[in-house]
Amino acid sequence: MQNDKNMKVKIGLAEMLKGGVIMDVTTPEQAKIAEEAGAVAVMALERIPADIRAHGGVARMSDPSVIRAIQKAVSIPVMAKCRIGHFAEAQVLEALGVDFIDESEVLTPADEEFHVDKWNFKVPFVCGCRNLGEALRRIAEGAAMIRTKGEAGSGNIVEAVRHMRAVQGGIRRIQGLGGEELVTEAKNLGAPVELVREVKKLGKLPVPNFSAGGVATPADASLMMQLGAETVFVGSGIFKSSDPVKMSKAIVTAVTHYMDFKIIAKVSSGLGEAMRGLEMAAIPEDERMAGRGW
Amino acid sequence: MRIGVLAVQGDFGKHRDMLLRLDIEALLVRTPQALAQCDGVIIPGGESTTLTTVMQKHGLWQPLQEFGRRKVIFGTCAGLIIVANEVPGHAHSTLDLIDITVARNAYGRQVDSFIDTVKLELQGAAHTMEGVFIRAPKIVACGNSVHILGHYRKDVVAAENEHILVCTFHPELTDDTALHRYFLHKVSRHLHD
Repeated sequence: MQNDKNMKVKIGLAEMLKGGVIMDVTTPEQAKIAEEAGAVAVMALERIPADIRAHGGVARMSDPSVIRAIQKAVSIPVMAKCRIGHFAEAQVLEALGVDFIDESEVLTPADEEFHVDKWNFKVPFVCGCRNLGEALRRIAEGAAMIRTKGEAGSGNIVEAVRHMRAVQGGIRRIQGLGGEELVTEAKNLGAPVELVREVKKLGKLPVPNFSAGGVATPADASLMMQLGAETVFVGSGIFKSSDPVKMSKAIVTAVTHYMDFKIIAKVSSGLGEAMRGLEMAAIPEDERMAGRGW
Repeated sequence: MRIGVLAVQGDFGKHRDMLLRLDIEALLVRTPQALAQCDGVIIPGGESTTLTTVMQKHGLWQPLQEFGRRKVIFGTCAGLIIVANEVPGHAHSTLDLIDITVARNAYGRQVDSFIDTVKLELQGAAHTMEGVFIRAPKIVACGNSVHILGHYRKDVVAAENEHILVCTFHPELTDDTALHRYFLHKVSRHLHD
Protein backbone atom coordinates (compact mmCIF):
# COMPACT_ATOMS: atom_id res chain seq x y z
CA MET A 1 0.00 0.00 0.00
CA GLN A 2 0.90 3.63 -0.52
CA ASN A 3 3.34 5.24 1.94
CA ASP A 4 4.37 1.94 3.39
CA LYS A 5 6.21 2.87 6.58
CA ASN A 6 3.73 5.49 7.68
CA MET A 7 0.84 3.08 7.07
CA LYS A 8 2.61 0.32 8.97
CA VAL A 9 2.90 2.57 12.04
CA LYS A 10 -0.80 3.48 11.76
CA ILE A 11 -1.97 -0.12 11.37
CA GLY A 12 0.43 -1.03 14.19
CA LEU A 13 -1.68 0.85 16.73
CA ALA A 14 -4.86 -0.78 15.41
CA GLU A 15 -3.14 -4.17 15.91
CA MET A 16 -2.49 -3.30 19.57
CA LEU A 17 -6.19 -2.58 20.12
CA LYS A 18 -7.28 -6.04 18.98
CA GLY A 19 -9.28 -8.25 21.32
CA GLY A 20 -10.43 -5.23 23.28
CA VAL A 21 -13.25 -2.79 23.85
CA ILE A 22 -13.23 0.87 22.83
CA MET A 23 -15.70 2.92 24.86
CA ASP A 24 -17.44 6.23 24.18
CA VAL A 25 -16.95 8.68 27.06
CA THR A 26 -17.96 12.31 27.62
CA THR A 27 -16.13 13.20 30.85
CA PRO A 28 -12.77 12.45 32.52
CA GLU A 29 -14.69 10.48 35.19
CA GLN A 30 -16.28 8.22 32.58
CA ALA A 31 -12.87 7.82 30.89
CA LYS A 32 -11.43 6.58 34.19
CA ILE A 33 -14.30 4.13 34.67
CA ALA A 34 -13.60 2.83 31.16
CA GLU A 35 -9.85 2.50 31.76
CA GLU A 36 -10.34 0.75 35.09
CA ALA A 37 -12.80 -1.66 33.50
CA GLY A 38 -10.08 -2.62 30.97
CA ALA A 39 -11.00 -0.57 27.88
CA VAL A 40 -8.17 -0.54 25.29
CA ALA A 41 -9.06 3.02 24.24
CA VAL A 42 -11.73 5.66 24.73
CA MET A 43 -13.61 7.78 22.21
CA ALA A 44 -13.78 11.33 23.60
CA LEU A 45 -17.15 12.91 22.79
CA GLU A 46 -19.28 15.84 23.87
CA ARG A 47 -22.40 13.66 23.55
CA ILE A 48 -22.78 9.93 23.10
CA PRO A 49 -24.63 8.87 19.92
CA ALA A 50 -27.97 8.18 21.68
CA ASP A 51 -27.96 11.77 22.94
CA ILE A 52 -26.84 13.15 19.56
CA ARG A 53 -29.86 11.38 18.10
CA ALA A 54 -32.18 12.82 20.78
CA HIS A 55 -30.66 16.30 20.65
CA GLY A 56 -30.97 16.75 16.87
CA GLY A 57 -29.37 19.67 15.01
CA VAL A 58 -25.88 19.63 13.47
CA ALA A 59 -23.44 17.35 15.31
CA ARG A 60 -19.81 18.52 15.07
CA MET A 61 -16.32 17.66 16.40
CA SER A 62 -16.17 17.84 20.22
CA ASP A 63 -14.93 20.89 22.09
CA PRO A 64 -11.10 20.51 22.30
CA SER A 65 -11.24 21.21 26.06
CA VAL A 66 -13.37 18.05 26.51
CA ILE A 67 -10.82 16.03 24.53
CA ARG A 68 -7.86 17.50 26.44
CA ALA A 69 -9.43 16.79 29.83
CA ILE A 70 -9.97 13.16 28.83
CA GLN A 71 -6.40 12.86 27.47
CA LYS A 72 -5.15 14.06 30.85
CA ALA A 73 -7.30 11.61 32.79
CA VAL A 74 -6.15 8.32 31.18
CA SER A 75 -3.01 6.66 29.79
CA ILE A 76 -4.80 4.49 27.20
CA PRO A 77 -5.20 5.83 23.63
CA VAL A 78 -7.78 8.57 23.13
CA MET A 79 -9.79 8.74 19.90
CA ALA A 80 -12.06 11.51 18.66
CA LYS A 81 -14.54 11.98 15.83
CA CYS A 82 -14.53 14.40 12.91
CA ARG A 83 -17.34 14.91 10.40
CA ILE A 84 -17.16 12.99 7.10
CA GLY A 85 -15.06 15.06 4.69
CA HIS A 86 -14.22 17.73 7.29
CA PHE A 87 -10.43 17.67 6.92
CA ALA A 88 -10.04 20.87 8.96
CA GLU A 89 -11.64 19.21 12.00
CA ALA A 90 -9.25 16.31 11.42
CA GLN A 91 -6.30 18.72 11.30
CA VAL A 92 -7.41 20.19 14.63
CA LEU A 93 -7.73 16.72 16.18
CA GLU A 94 -4.26 15.81 14.91
CA ALA A 95 -2.88 19.00 16.47
CA LEU A 96 -4.49 17.96 19.79
CA GLY A 97 -2.50 14.71 19.59
CA VAL A 98 -5.45 12.32 19.57
CA ASP A 99 -4.26 8.77 18.88
CA PHE A 100 -6.94 7.84 16.32
CA ILE A 101 -9.51 9.87 14.34
CA ASP A 102 -12.92 8.39 13.59
CA GLU A 103 -14.29 9.98 10.41
CA SER A 104 -17.78 9.27 11.57
CA GLU A 105 -21.31 9.13 10.22
CA VAL A 106 -22.48 9.79 13.80
CA LEU A 107 -21.66 13.46 13.18
CA THR A 108 -23.40 15.47 10.45
CA PRO A 109 -21.42 15.06 7.20
CA ALA A 110 -19.49 18.14 5.98
CA ASP A 111 -19.06 16.80 2.44
CA GLU A 112 -21.59 14.61 0.66
CA GLU A 113 -19.20 13.67 -2.14
CA PHE A 114 -15.70 13.26 -0.72
CA HIS A 115 -14.23 11.76 2.40
CA VAL A 116 -11.00 13.05 4.00
CA ASP A 117 -7.76 12.19 2.16
CA LYS A 118 -6.33 10.26 5.07
CA TRP A 119 -2.91 9.69 3.46
CA ASN A 120 -2.15 13.34 4.27
CA PHE A 121 -2.16 12.69 8.01
CA LYS A 122 0.27 11.17 10.45
CA VAL A 123 -2.52 10.20 12.85
CA PRO A 124 -4.39 7.00 11.87
CA PHE A 125 -8.07 7.02 10.86
CA VAL A 126 -10.91 4.57 11.39
CA CYS A 127 -13.93 4.70 9.07
CA GLY A 128 -17.30 2.99 9.06
CA CYS A 129 -18.65 0.73 6.32
CA ARG A 130 -21.77 -1.24 5.43
CA ASN A 131 -20.18 -3.63 2.94
CA LEU A 132 -16.89 -4.67 1.36
CA GLY A 133 -16.90 -2.03 -1.39
CA GLU A 134 -17.31 0.77 1.13
CA ALA A 135 -14.57 -0.71 3.34
CA LEU A 136 -12.12 -0.87 0.42
CA ARG A 137 -12.92 2.70 -0.70
CA ARG A 138 -12.06 3.95 2.78
CA ILE A 139 -8.84 1.91 2.83
CA ALA A 140 -8.00 3.39 -0.60
CA GLU A 141 -8.32 6.82 1.01
CA GLY A 142 -5.88 5.79 3.73
CA ALA A 143 -7.99 4.41 6.60
CA ALA A 144 -5.89 2.22 8.93
CA MET A 145 -8.87 0.53 10.53
CA ILE A 146 -12.38 -0.33 9.38
CA ARG A 147 -15.45 -0.74 11.54
CA THR A 148 -19.02 -1.66 10.74
CA LYS A 149 -21.33 1.32 10.88
CA GLY A 150 -24.17 -0.50 12.56
CA GLU A 151 -26.75 2.02 13.70
CA ALA A 152 -25.11 4.18 16.37
CA GLY A 153 -27.14 5.12 19.41
CA SER A 154 -29.85 2.57 18.63
CA GLY A 155 -28.87 -0.12 21.14
CA ASN A 156 -29.92 -2.52 18.39
CA ILE A 157 -27.30 -4.93 17.01
CA VAL A 158 -29.20 -5.81 13.82
CA GLU A 159 -27.44 -3.30 11.54
CA ALA A 160 -23.93 -4.14 12.80
CA VAL A 161 -24.66 -7.80 12.09
CA ARG A 162 -25.91 -6.94 8.60
CA HIS A 163 -22.77 -4.91 7.85
CA MET A 164 -20.31 -7.43 9.27
CA ARG A 165 -21.97 -10.28 7.36
CA ALA A 166 -21.85 -8.19 4.17
CA VAL A 167 -18.11 -7.53 4.57
CA GLN A 168 -17.25 -11.14 5.44
CA GLY A 169 -19.52 -12.51 2.70
CA GLY A 170 -17.85 -10.17 0.19
CA ILE A 171 -14.41 -11.41 1.27
CA ARG A 172 -15.47 -15.07 0.95
CA ARG A 173 -16.91 -14.38 -2.50
CA ILE A 174 -13.59 -12.95 -3.72
CA GLN A 175 -11.78 -16.08 -2.54
CA GLY A 176 -13.74 -18.08 -5.09
CA LEU A 177 -13.07 -15.78 -8.07
CA GLY A 178 -10.49 -16.40 -10.77
CA GLY A 179 -7.88 -13.76 -11.64
CA GLU A 180 -9.79 -12.73 -14.78
CA GLU A 181 -12.90 -11.98 -12.68
CA LEU A 182 -11.26 -9.54 -10.30
CA VAL A 183 -11.44 -6.39 -12.44
CA THR A 184 -15.17 -6.85 -12.96
CA GLU A 185 -15.57 -7.56 -9.24
CA ALA A 186 -13.66 -4.32 -8.48
CA LYS A 187 -15.94 -2.42 -10.86
CA ASN A 188 -19.04 -3.87 -9.20
CA LEU A 189 -17.72 -3.14 -5.72
CA GLY A 190 -16.61 0.37 -6.70
CA ALA A 191 -13.18 -0.38 -5.22
CA PRO A 192 -9.61 -0.36 -6.59
CA VAL A 193 -8.61 -3.66 -8.16
CA GLU A 194 -5.27 -3.65 -6.28
CA LEU A 195 -7.16 -3.85 -2.99
CA VAL A 196 -9.49 -6.53 -4.35
CA ARG A 197 -6.38 -8.56 -5.31
CA GLU A 198 -4.95 -8.03 -1.82
CA VAL A 199 -8.18 -9.26 -0.19
CA LYS A 200 -8.05 -12.37 -2.38
CA LYS A 201 -4.46 -12.99 -1.33
CA LEU A 202 -4.98 -12.34 2.40
CA GLY A 203 -8.48 -13.77 2.83
CA LYS A 204 -9.30 -10.74 4.95
CA LEU A 205 -9.16 -6.93 4.86
CA PRO A 206 -5.62 -5.48 4.67
CA VAL A 207 -6.36 -3.46 7.86
CA PRO A 208 -7.96 -4.53 11.17
CA ASN A 209 -11.73 -4.97 11.04
CA PHE A 210 -13.65 -3.82 14.13
CA SER A 211 -17.31 -3.58 14.97
CA ALA A 212 -19.44 -0.62 16.07
CA GLY A 213 -23.00 0.58 16.22
CA GLY A 214 -25.55 -1.04 18.49
CA VAL A 215 -23.56 -3.21 20.94
CA ALA A 216 -25.47 -3.13 24.25
CA THR A 217 -24.72 -6.43 26.07
CA PRO A 218 -21.85 -8.93 26.60
CA ALA A 219 -23.62 -11.37 24.27
CA ASP A 220 -23.80 -8.67 21.56
CA ALA A 221 -20.01 -8.29 21.88
CA SER A 222 -19.48 -12.06 21.61
CA LEU A 223 -21.78 -12.19 18.57
CA MET A 224 -19.74 -9.55 16.71
CA MET A 225 -16.43 -11.23 17.62
CA GLN A 226 -17.72 -14.57 16.35
CA LEU A 227 -18.85 -12.93 13.12
CA GLY A 228 -15.27 -11.74 12.56
CA ALA A 229 -14.82 -8.46 14.46
CA GLU A 230 -11.36 -8.09 15.97
CA THR A 231 -12.40 -5.50 18.58
CA VAL A 232 -15.68 -3.94 19.62
CA PHE A 233 -16.64 -0.29 19.97
CA VAL A 234 -19.34 0.35 22.55
CA GLY A 235 -20.95 3.74 22.31
CA SER A 236 -24.16 4.40 24.17
CA GLY A 237 -24.36 0.82 25.49
CA ILE A 238 -22.28 1.47 28.59
CA PHE A 239 -23.21 4.88 29.95
CA LYS A 240 -26.88 4.45 28.98
CA SER A 241 -27.13 1.23 31.00
CA SER A 242 -28.27 1.24 34.62
CA ASP A 243 -24.86 0.11 35.99
CA PRO A 244 -22.03 1.37 33.72
CA VAL A 245 -19.19 0.05 35.93
CA LYS A 246 -20.55 -3.48 35.89
CA MET A 247 -21.60 -3.33 32.23
CA SER A 248 -18.19 -2.09 31.05
CA LYS A 249 -16.32 -4.84 32.91
CA ALA A 250 -18.75 -7.47 31.65
CA ILE A 251 -18.30 -6.46 28.00
CA VAL A 252 -14.48 -6.43 28.35
CA THR A 253 -14.61 -9.98 29.74
CA ALA A 254 -17.02 -11.10 27.02
CA VAL A 255 -14.63 -9.91 24.29
CA THR A 256 -11.59 -11.72 25.75
CA HIS A 257 -13.58 -14.92 26.34
CA TYR A 258 -15.94 -14.56 23.40
CA MET A 259 -16.07 -18.32 22.82
CA ASP A 260 -16.42 -19.27 26.51
CA PHE A 261 -20.16 -19.16 27.08
CA LYS A 262 -20.04 -20.14 30.75
CA ILE A 263 -17.97 -17.04 31.45
CA ILE A 264 -20.32 -14.88 29.35
CA ALA A 265 -23.30 -16.32 31.24
CA LYS A 266 -21.63 -15.40 34.51
CA VAL A 267 -20.80 -11.80 33.57
CA SER A 268 -24.22 -11.29 31.99
CA SER A 269 -25.99 -12.09 35.27
CA GLY A 270 -27.54 -9.27 37.29
CA LEU A 271 -26.26 -6.46 35.07
CA GLY A 272 -29.39 -4.38 35.57
CA GLU A 273 -31.07 -2.82 32.59
CA ALA A 274 -29.18 -2.53 29.31
CA MET A 275 -29.86 0.63 27.31
CA ARG A 276 -33.47 0.72 26.21
CA GLY A 277 -32.75 0.68 22.48
CA LEU A 278 -34.81 1.34 19.39
CA GLU A 279 -36.50 -0.90 16.84
CA MET A 280 -35.12 -0.03 13.40
CA ALA A 281 -38.69 0.61 12.19
CA ALA A 282 -38.96 3.34 14.85
CA ILE A 283 -36.04 5.26 13.27
CA PRO A 284 -37.18 7.14 10.14
CA GLU A 285 -34.94 6.55 7.09
CA ASP A 286 -33.69 10.13 7.04
CA GLU A 287 -32.63 9.91 10.70
CA ARG A 288 -30.50 6.80 10.22
CA MET A 289 -26.80 7.49 10.52
CA ALA A 290 -25.48 4.49 8.55
CA GLY A 291 -26.66 5.98 5.27
CA ARG A 292 -24.24 8.90 5.62
CA GLY A 293 -21.06 8.55 3.53
CA TRP A 294 -20.94 6.19 0.55
CA MET B 1 8.50 -27.64 22.79
CA ARG B 2 5.13 -26.00 23.41
CA ILE B 3 4.89 -22.22 23.11
CA GLY B 4 1.94 -20.19 24.32
CA VAL B 5 0.89 -16.70 23.32
CA LEU B 6 -1.09 -14.84 25.95
CA ALA B 7 -4.35 -14.06 24.14
CA VAL B 8 -6.14 -11.87 26.67
CA GLN B 9 -5.82 -8.77 24.44
CA GLY B 10 -3.42 -7.26 21.91
CA ASP B 11 -1.62 -8.42 18.76
CA PHE B 12 -1.31 -12.05 19.86
CA GLY B 13 -2.33 -13.14 16.34
CA LYS B 14 0.81 -11.55 14.89
CA HIS B 15 3.02 -13.47 17.35
CA ARG B 16 1.22 -16.68 16.46
CA ASP B 17 1.87 -15.99 12.74
CA MET B 18 5.54 -15.40 13.52
CA LEU B 19 5.82 -18.74 15.36
CA LEU B 20 3.99 -20.55 12.55
CA ARG B 21 6.63 -19.28 10.15
CA LEU B 22 9.19 -20.95 12.40
CA ASP B 23 7.14 -24.18 12.30
CA ILE B 24 5.95 -23.81 15.88
CA GLU B 25 2.27 -24.37 16.61
CA ALA B 26 1.37 -21.78 19.25
CA LEU B 27 -1.24 -22.26 21.95
CA LEU B 28 -3.44 -19.22 22.61
CA VAL B 29 -3.45 -18.79 26.39
CA ARG B 30 -6.55 -17.37 28.08
CA THR B 31 -6.71 -19.62 31.16
CA PRO B 32 -4.31 -20.99 33.83
CA GLN B 33 -4.99 -24.50 32.45
CA ALA B 34 -3.65 -23.50 29.02
CA LEU B 35 -0.66 -21.77 30.60
CA ALA B 36 0.26 -24.93 32.50
CA GLN B 37 0.79 -26.77 29.20
CA CYS B 38 3.45 -24.34 27.92
CA ASP B 39 7.25 -24.44 28.01
CA GLY B 40 7.53 -20.75 27.12
CA VAL B 41 5.10 -17.86 26.75
CA ILE B 42 4.94 -14.62 24.78
CA ILE B 43 3.16 -11.61 26.29
CA PRO B 44 2.21 -9.53 23.22
CA GLY B 45 1.82 -5.85 22.59
CA GLY B 46 -1.51 -4.35 23.54
CA GLU B 47 -2.70 -2.07 26.31
CA SER B 48 -0.85 -2.88 29.53
CA THR B 49 -3.70 -1.61 31.74
CA THR B 50 -6.19 -3.85 29.93
CA LEU B 51 -3.90 -6.89 30.02
CA THR B 52 -3.24 -6.38 33.74
CA THR B 53 -6.88 -5.77 34.69
CA VAL B 54 -8.20 -8.77 32.78
CA MET B 55 -5.45 -11.14 33.97
CA GLN B 56 -5.91 -10.15 37.60
CA LYS B 57 -9.64 -10.66 37.38
CA HIS B 58 -9.44 -14.08 35.76
CA GLY B 59 -6.83 -15.80 37.88
CA LEU B 60 -3.97 -15.60 35.35
CA TRP B 61 -1.77 -13.13 37.21
CA GLN B 62 -0.37 -15.36 39.97
CA PRO B 63 0.17 -18.39 37.67
CA LEU B 64 1.99 -16.20 35.13
CA GLN B 65 4.27 -14.79 37.83
CA GLU B 66 5.13 -18.30 39.03
CA PHE B 67 5.63 -19.39 35.40
CA GLY B 68 8.15 -16.59 34.85
CA ARG B 69 10.21 -17.66 37.85
CA ARG B 70 10.70 -21.15 36.42
CA LYS B 71 10.23 -20.85 32.66
CA VAL B 72 10.89 -18.43 29.80
CA ILE B 73 8.70 -15.41 28.98
CA PHE B 74 9.15 -13.03 26.03
CA GLY B 75 7.44 -9.66 26.55
CA THR B 76 7.09 -7.13 23.72
CA CYS B 77 6.07 -3.50 24.40
CA ALA B 78 3.06 -3.85 26.77
CA GLY B 79 4.37 -7.32 27.61
CA LEU B 80 7.65 -5.71 28.70
CA ILE B 81 5.78 -3.30 31.00
CA ILE B 82 3.96 -6.20 32.63
CA VAL B 83 7.10 -8.21 33.48
CA ALA B 84 9.20 -5.20 34.58
CA ASN B 85 9.93 -4.61 38.24
CA GLU B 86 9.34 -0.87 38.25
CA VAL B 87 7.05 1.38 36.20
CA PRO B 88 6.84 4.83 37.83
CA GLY B 89 3.38 6.43 37.66
CA HIS B 90 1.70 3.17 36.59
CA ALA B 91 -1.46 2.58 38.63
CA HIS B 92 -1.14 -1.22 38.44
CA SER B 93 1.25 -3.72 39.97
CA THR B 94 3.64 -5.60 37.67
CA LEU B 95 4.90 -9.20 37.65
CA ASP B 96 8.32 -8.07 38.89
CA LEU B 97 10.27 -10.66 36.91
CA ILE B 98 13.10 -8.56 35.45
CA ASP B 99 15.04 -5.78 37.14
CA ILE B 100 14.32 -2.93 34.74
CA THR B 101 12.68 0.45 35.25
CA VAL B 102 10.28 1.36 32.46
CA ALA B 103 8.73 4.67 31.37
CA ARG B 104 5.42 4.19 29.55
CA ASN B 105 4.57 6.02 26.29
CA ALA B 106 8.05 7.50 26.55
CA TYR B 107 8.29 8.70 22.93
CA GLY B 108 4.89 10.45 23.07
CA ARG B 109 1.46 9.81 21.58
CA GLN B 110 0.56 7.93 18.40
CA VAL B 111 1.67 10.81 16.12
CA ASP B 112 5.18 10.25 17.56
CA SER B 113 5.20 6.51 16.80
CA PHE B 114 7.87 5.56 14.23
CA ILE B 115 9.90 2.89 12.43
CA ASP B 116 13.69 2.95 12.51
CA THR B 117 16.64 0.57 12.57
CA VAL B 118 17.62 -1.04 15.88
CA LYS B 119 20.96 -2.71 16.58
CA LEU B 120 20.94 -6.03 18.40
CA GLU B 121 23.61 -8.40 19.60
CA LEU B 122 22.28 -11.94 19.80
CA GLN B 123 24.55 -14.87 20.74
CA GLY B 124 27.63 -12.81 20.00
CA ALA B 125 26.50 -11.77 16.50
CA ALA B 126 25.49 -8.25 15.51
CA HIS B 127 22.09 -7.99 13.88
CA THR B 128 20.19 -4.94 12.65
CA MET B 129 16.45 -5.05 12.26
CA GLU B 130 13.43 -2.87 11.63
CA GLY B 131 12.14 -1.53 14.94
CA VAL B 132 8.43 -0.67 14.93
CA PHE B 133 7.79 1.63 17.90
CA ILE B 134 4.08 2.17 18.69
CA ARG B 135 3.44 4.47 21.68
CA ALA B 136 6.52 2.67 22.90
CA PRO B 137 7.96 2.49 26.42
CA LYS B 138 11.61 3.11 27.32
CA ILE B 139 13.86 1.03 29.53
CA VAL B 140 15.34 3.80 31.68
CA ALA B 141 17.41 1.67 34.08
CA CYS B 142 18.70 -1.92 34.25
CA GLY B 143 19.84 -3.87 37.33
CA ASN B 144 22.99 -6.01 37.51
CA SER B 145 21.14 -9.21 36.71
CA VAL B 146 20.06 -7.79 33.34
CA HIS B 147 21.96 -8.34 30.10
CA ILE B 148 21.44 -5.70 27.38
CA LEU B 149 20.73 -7.11 23.92
CA GLY B 150 20.08 -4.05 21.78
CA HIS B 151 19.89 -0.31 21.31
CA TYR B 152 18.07 2.30 19.28
CA ARG B 153 20.37 5.33 19.36
CA LYS B 154 21.20 5.55 23.08
CA ASP B 155 18.08 3.80 24.34
CA VAL B 156 18.18 0.20 25.52
CA VAL B 157 15.45 -1.53 23.48
CA ALA B 158 16.06 -5.24 24.16
CA ALA B 159 17.31 -7.04 27.27
CA GLU B 160 17.13 -10.32 29.18
CA ASN B 161 17.83 -12.08 32.45
CA GLU B 162 17.83 -15.80 33.17
CA HIS B 163 14.17 -16.40 32.31
CA ILE B 164 12.83 -13.20 30.81
CA LEU B 165 13.40 -11.64 27.37
CA VAL B 166 12.00 -8.18 26.60
CA CYS B 167 11.93 -5.57 23.85
CA THR B 168 10.27 -2.15 23.63
CA PHE B 169 9.39 -2.49 19.92
CA HIS B 170 7.33 -4.95 17.86
CA PRO B 171 9.34 -7.63 15.98
CA GLU B 172 6.00 -9.41 15.34
CA LEU B 173 4.98 -6.58 13.00
CA THR B 174 8.00 -7.20 10.75
CA ASP B 175 9.29 -10.13 8.66
CA ASP B 176 12.40 -10.48 10.82
CA THR B 177 12.27 -13.62 12.97
CA ALA B 178 15.63 -13.11 14.73
CA LEU B 179 14.25 -12.24 18.17
CA HIS B 180 11.62 -14.98 18.03
CA ARG B 181 14.32 -17.50 17.10
CA TYR B 182 16.41 -16.23 19.99
CA PHE B 183 13.41 -16.70 22.32
CA LEU B 184 12.89 -20.29 21.11
CA HIS B 185 16.59 -20.97 21.65
CA LYS B 186 16.27 -19.64 25.20
CA VAL B 187 13.26 -21.88 25.86
CA SER B 188 14.99 -24.99 24.54
CA ARG B 189 18.13 -24.23 26.56
CA HIS B 190 15.99 -24.14 29.71
CA LEU B 191 14.22 -27.36 28.81
CA HIS B 192 17.54 -29.19 28.57
CA ASP B 193 19.06 -27.72 31.70
